[in-house]
Amino acid sequence: MMYRIVEKRDLTDVTKLFVVDAPMVARRVQAGHFVILRCSEEGERIPITVADFDREAGTVTVVIQEVGKTSAAINDLAEGDSFVDFVGPLGQVAPMREDGHVVCVGGGFGVAPVLPVAKELRSRGVEVTSIIGARTQDLVILQDEMEAASDQLYLCSDDGSCGFHGFVTQQLEELIQSGTHIDEVVAVGPMVMMKATAEVTEPHGLKTWVSLDPIMVDGTGMCGVCRVTVGGELKFACVDGPFFDAHEVDYEEALKRNKMYQREERLAYDMYKENRHECRRGGAVSG
Amino acid sequence: MVESNRWKKTPMREQSAEERVNNFDEVPFGYSEEEAMAEAERCLGCKVPFCEQGCPVEVPIKQFIQDLKDNDPAKAAQTIWSTNTLPAICGRVCPQEEQCELQCVLAKKGEPVGIGRLERYVADWAMERGLDAESPAERKGHRVAVVGSGPAGLTAAGDLARMGYDVTVFEALHVPGGVLMYGIPEFRLPKALVQEEIENLSKAGVDIQTNVVVGTSITVDELLEDEGYAAVFIGSGAGLPKFLGMPGENLLGVYSANEYLTRLNLMKAFKFPEVDTPVKVGKRVAVIGAGNTAMDAARTSLRAGAEEVHVVYRRSEKEMTARVEEYHHAIEEGVQFHWLNNPVAFLGDDDGWLRGMECIKMELGEPDDSGRARPVAIEGSEFEFQVETAILALGTSPNPLVPSHTPGLETEFWGGIITDEDSGATSREGVFAGGDVVTGAATVIQAMGAGKNAANAIDRYISERFGS
Ligand SMILES: Cc1cc2nc3c(=O)[nH]c(=O)nc-3n(C[C@H](O)[C@H](O)[C@H](O)COP(=O)(O)OP(=O)(O)OC[C@H]3O[C@@H](n4cnc5c(N)ncnc54)[C@H](O)[C@@H]3O)c2cc1C
Ligand code: SF4
Ligand code: FES
Repeated sequence: MMYRIVEKRDLTDVTKLFVVDAPMVARRVQAGHFVILRCSEEGERIPITVADFDREAGTVTVVIQEVGKTSAAINDLAEGDSFVDFVGPLGQVAPMREDGHVVCVGGGFGVAPVLPVAKELRSRGVEVTSIIGARTQDLVILQDEMEAASDQLYLCSDDGSCGFHGFVTQQLEELIQSGTHIDEVVAVGPMVMMKATAEVTEPHGLKTWVSLDPIMVDGTGMCGVCRVTVGGELKFACVDGPFFDAHEVDYEEALKRNKMYQREERLAYDMYKENRHECRRGGAVSG
Repeated sequence: MVESNRWKKTPMREQSAEERVNNFDEVPFGYSEEEAMAEAERCLGCKVPFCEQGCPVEVPIKQFIQDLKDNDPAKAAQTIWSTNTLPAICGRVCPQEEQCELQCVLAKKGEPVGIGRLERYVADWAMERGLDAESPAERKGHRVAVVGSGPAGLTAAGDLARMGYDVTVFEALHVPGGVLMYGIPEFRLPKALVQEEIENLSKAGVDIQTNVVVGTSITVDELLEDEGYAAVFIGSGAGLPKFLGMPGENLLGVYSANEYLTRLNLMKAFKFPEVDTPVKVGKRVAVIGAGNTAMDAARTSLRAGAEEVHVVYRRSEKEMTARVEEYHHAIEEGVQFHWLNNPVAFLGDDDGWLRGMECIKMELGEPDDSGRARPVAIEGSEFEFQVETAILALGTSPNPLVPSHTPGLETEFWGGIITDEDSGATSREGVFAGGDVVTGAATVIQAMGAGKNAANAIDRYISERFGS
């Protein structure tokens, strides 16, 4: 069984969206679930949170940002190519209210995993305010989709090239300060951004969820590499999470654990880029 | 000419310790034809073959050895296959010294017949020639789903297929085989061989679907109600690694044995950067525990580049649970054993990397629930130990994924699925279970025995319930 890419879209230079033919995953997947995939027989197993799905068509959408060799190799795949493995849905459904007002915060590439949560909340009749942002305008992804999934959307950029000039967390702080009633916050993005979000909401006693992205291997609770400390307890993010109470997570430990293979990742990425470069140069000469 | 010795096993040639620590190739070479014949000649062909009583799947041992003596290895293979679907694997990893060979009459005075080695010889002989077990019976027209493709699932699937059922195996990982693929290392059980045994099952009509996590991708109830399976066998193993909650357990460089072995065996991390999955093996490695998993982690570490490997165990050598042959191999290869030492904390540097371990010395006290002497800490005997990598091989428990998504499926407090011992029937009608998911971490052959019993029980259940 191969998992064919039926559609590929460039969201930014380094962020690509893939619609993948995976009927079994599509049948049961819900907001917050992730999949584990591999793009080649020598490839590693990596977890990716589902960004969208279509049960009828039997497809699952994932968004990949190039940060290393594996993500680069995936982003070099084209429509019609296939993932060799694509397993899921994995993890717990995102914790979602049935009513009230929820603010969905998506930082950088974290907008993708927040999208299905916003959609599901909205379809339940929850009022959804979304705050999305990136370093600069070119890196903002899925703005239209988030707009459609939210009652109101705030756009931010670190450099002021679009929307609010500042971090998503600053926009969140402003929103809280403005006196708007908020029941819950869901924040997904880089670990530092999720940690900052937790720091913003904690003094206000505002329930907040974050989605952790530790290193994983099997994604079914078999290896324990994804262990995180939440509320002083050992949790396996792949089966107990990936969503956790933002105010209970040990971010320092999680940040450190994600650096386990930093050196190896850089080496593999450099080697890949070199080859990729050569392929392109080779192509230019012969063409 | 290889002479057989009445009281001693015909030796099996193997890679020297110096050579083998530098490669991942299988350690023992297996018998040549001559050696196998010499060993077969040692068997007395007892009227009451006690050996067979020691075998959890009742291999007709006396008969297959007789077939060998008759110079008919093809018949020997059929004889073994009549009760054992995976002999090339069993011949390599079964704890024969506690089973068939323990019971062999020759063991009273000398060394037992090398039953495991002969089983391996026959299985390899047949595999090299592409022989298969005799073809399946008439189709029964009923489908059975098997969850997990470890030895329990594979055995149940193989037996049911040979009875004529249409069997689909669902496996969570991208490769079938369970612990045989992700846990037990290449140098003990070549992966190509495991895949070949599985290939034989496919030829017998077993459909294997990888990348399906039963519970989340599809539930047991859906299999029974929507997908038209008449029965389900759960053989999802005991994959959940134990942690002790010791200080520093989450430092970088502290692995569960499952993670470590999965990276190296299943994902082939020793080939990084040729493959994408990395692993970090320090110069000094500590392995905590002394079962098969600990031996495998220790010996794998040597091959993956560690200079020193220390096995740290809070009990004594006597309480060690590893297969004896592997313990000896580990000693020969230079693994150092520290009995009666208990780690109490992992020590880290500022960036969160493991730099050492604090241990305390133990002494043996009164027997505990398991009947083994309980180790007691000697106060004030703490000491520090420098290591860059620590591997926790403290045991595993059944993964709760399937039970937690199967309403009405009863489990023990520690997670094991509750079954009727003979049939493997669970609290849910049409759902059977066996192997490590029922017993907790045990052995390949026990899992196979459970798969076999359940296959028979499933056959009875389906015949009674749906007619055949
Ligand atoms: C490192 C190591 C070394 C060992 N050495 C020996 C030895 O030398 N001799 C010996 O006899 N025993 C040994 N054992 C023990 C032996 O391997 C196990 O007892 C045996 O494999 C159990 O078989 P099983 O079929 O019950 O489960 P497993 O082999 O664990 O297989 C279970 C399978 O189910 C899959 N699965 C789990 N959950 C799901 C799900 N929800 N959906 C689909 N699939 C699922 C898993 O991915 C796995 O493939 C060793 C174990 C380890 C870990
Ligand atoms: S008990 Fe030993 S000698 Fe007797 S039949 Fe079995 S293997 Fe042969
Ligand atoms: S990824 Fe292996 S236990 Fe979570």
